Amino acid sequence: MNKELLCLLVAGALALPLQAAEKIKVGFISTLSGPGGVLGSAIRDGFQLGLEHAGGKLGGLATELIVEDDQQKPDVAKQLADKLVKRDKVDIMTGIVFQNILQAVEPTVLGAETFYISPNTGPSDLAGAACNPYFFAVSWVSDSYSEASGKNVNDKGFKNVFVLAPNYPGGKDVVAGFKRYYKGGYAGEVYTKLGQLDYAVEISQMRAAKPDAVFFFLPGGMGVNFLKQWQQAGMGKDLPLFGTGWSFDQDTLAAVGEPTLGALNAAHWNLDLDNAANKQFVADFEKKYGRLPNEYASQGYDAALLIDAAVREVKGKIEDKAALRRALEAANFKSVRGAFKFNKNHFPIQNYYLRQVVKDAKGRYVNKTVATIFTDHPDAYVAACKM
Amino acid sequence: MTSLLILEQCLNGLQFGLMLFLLAAGLTLVFGIMDLINLAHGSLYMLGAYLVATLTQASGNFLLGAALGIAATAVIGMALEVLILRGLYQRDHLSQVLATFALILISNETTRTLWGVQPLQLNVPAWLSGSVELLPGLGYSAFRLAIIVVGLAVAALLYLVITRTRIGMLIRAGASNRPMATAMGTDIKRLFTAVFGAGAALCALAGAMLGPLLAVQVGMGENILILAFVTVVIGGIGSIRGAFVGALLVGVVDTFGRAFMPTLLRHALSPAFADAAGPSLAAISIYLLMVAVLFWKPRGLFPVGA
Repeated sequence: MNKELLCLLVAGALALPLQAAEKIKVGFISTLSGPGGVLGSAIRDGFQLGLEHAGGKLGGLATELIVEDDQQKPDVAKQLADKLVKRDKVDIMTGIVFQNILQAVEPTVLGAETFYISPNTGPSDLAGAACNPYFFAVSWVSDSYSEASGKNVNDKGFKNVFVLAPNYPGGKDVVAGFKRYYKGGYAGEVYTKLGQLDYAVEISQMRAAKPDAVFFFLPGGMGVNFLKQWQQAGMGKDLPLFGTGWSFDQDTLAAVGEPTLGALNAAHWNLDLDNAANKQFVADFEKKYGRLPNEYASQGYDAALLIDAAVREVKGKIEDKAALRRALEAANFKSVRGAFKFNKNHFPIQNYYLRQVVKDAKGRYVNKTVATIFTDHPDAYVAACKM
Repeated sequence: MTSLLILEQCLNGLQFGLMLFLLAAGLTLVFGIMDLINLAHGSLYMLGAYLVATLTQASGNFLLGAALGIAATAVIGMALEVLILRGLYQRDHLSQVLATFALILISNETTRTLWGVQPLQLNVPAWLSGSVELLPGLGYSAFRLAIIVVGLAVAALLYLVITRTRIGMLIRAGASNRPMATAMGTDIKRLFTAVFGAGAALCALAGAMLGPLLAVQVGMGENILILAFVTVVIGGIGSIRGAFVGALLVGVVDTFGRAFMPTLLRHALSPAFADAAGPSLAAISIYLLMVAVLFWKPRGLFPVGA
């Protein structure tokens, strides 16, 4: 009995490396519960749809997707990353929503030379001096949306803008992106506490400062609060409001409804982008999940397609990391945003669009693409990347 | 222009204070009378907002949705008290904190399972969505005025109930000396259930009034719970009057800190330093207020049972 068991174990141990070559393990850490859970769930849903469209096999390899919830806590994410990298020995990781979470797991994942495909957060240091051969972002650099907004506000000829953002490094970064392309003056620049609930004070200040436009960056629930209060204060009628796509994603539009109507925002993707991949993505996402996809879902979907294309290109030989990197850099997939290519820092060179919130034929609030702000726009940090 | 702005900011402060009062009133009642640290107070607020949003969408009528949502939350609150919290009164505060913290996690995940992760839509009813011209050049959101009116009405009602009625007398007795109240034959069990139900109803009322201003989403209770606790501690635990004064103080100090602190600092200090320090100082102004109050009045402004 013992001998037989031993034989079985030895046979199993011998068989193991062969099996590993036939499948790919993807570790997916994301924020799936709590207030940030709405973002992580969208990325996961998008990624799973991408996996489904790849026939459940990324690049033809049997795929094991391990989904973990970081609860938006860096310490939890760090432990999960340790487990995925050291015990599960995943080949590729993806999924993280927030920058501070990514910073916590980055040493573990990139230190173990595991590829990380960011479906959302794109810290500027990783796009610049700290760029890494194992790090890819299918999304953007954190100030790209506000660069596009700044360019748009500048081109429209606004001269006296009021800026509102939360008082934390991410908020300052986003405003810095806005300022890089907006050259006019400022009626006011207010930084509020992170997680602030009530914006009556700031809205009163805006009214008193008499700006000709308002640019705001308030991610998540803060943006929902602000937009509701903005409309109730009757501000929308004569003061144009500009924001980043994060404040006007499809889930926010569904939650806030009417107060968002007419608002202008910048993003790299939209529901109505006219390409075959996007049409299929939007239709299948709605069919599968019963709601319209947002940017986050599109990024999750693209992450899955990117991995699929790269694994296919190396014919499943994912142990050859140099070849896999070259295949990822080539990015031979049909992105839902249209044309897609990586810059040398592994961040996308892509278009950014101006979108406006409108009511569609079914009475839903959706973004309509109004104009292209940037064509093939690289980020501002690529020059510092020595890769 | 400037005086109009100051007047508007006063209104904002008053309104923010009354918003906090709706939450703090229930919290201080439960905390002071039942000696129960209920961290799950914020969860009842979230539950109230979710129920009001759902029922408003289903019925198409904000008032009806709010009324049904408040009633349902009160019933759920009483059930919670009878089934779970009743066993905690004899335990120390640490056990209560642990158990009610568990309730936060459970209710957050239950809400997520039932309603999904996407925030719910709850907007101001059309008849309250405009703005009212109070003075020439000073328009103010009708819904925020409604919050001021409801907040003042709740304060007046609570004042009347607590000072003029028999149940109010029992509540005061329970708050200042519980063993003695029990010894005098008060049915403390029923009183506690009723008080907890009233606290839950106030939470749901806050959820109905704040839902149209704030995001109705999982975890919305925790953000505002901290402010409610600050209010209760400043006012004196268990005192409705304290909660009222504390809430107004917090509302006004927070509003004025945010509105004028950066500008004032710019006059006194170098602009670069003022720009960096202003928002941070404004953000902690209410905590400075709390420290100051506790330094001179360690039991809050209106201590109960002193």
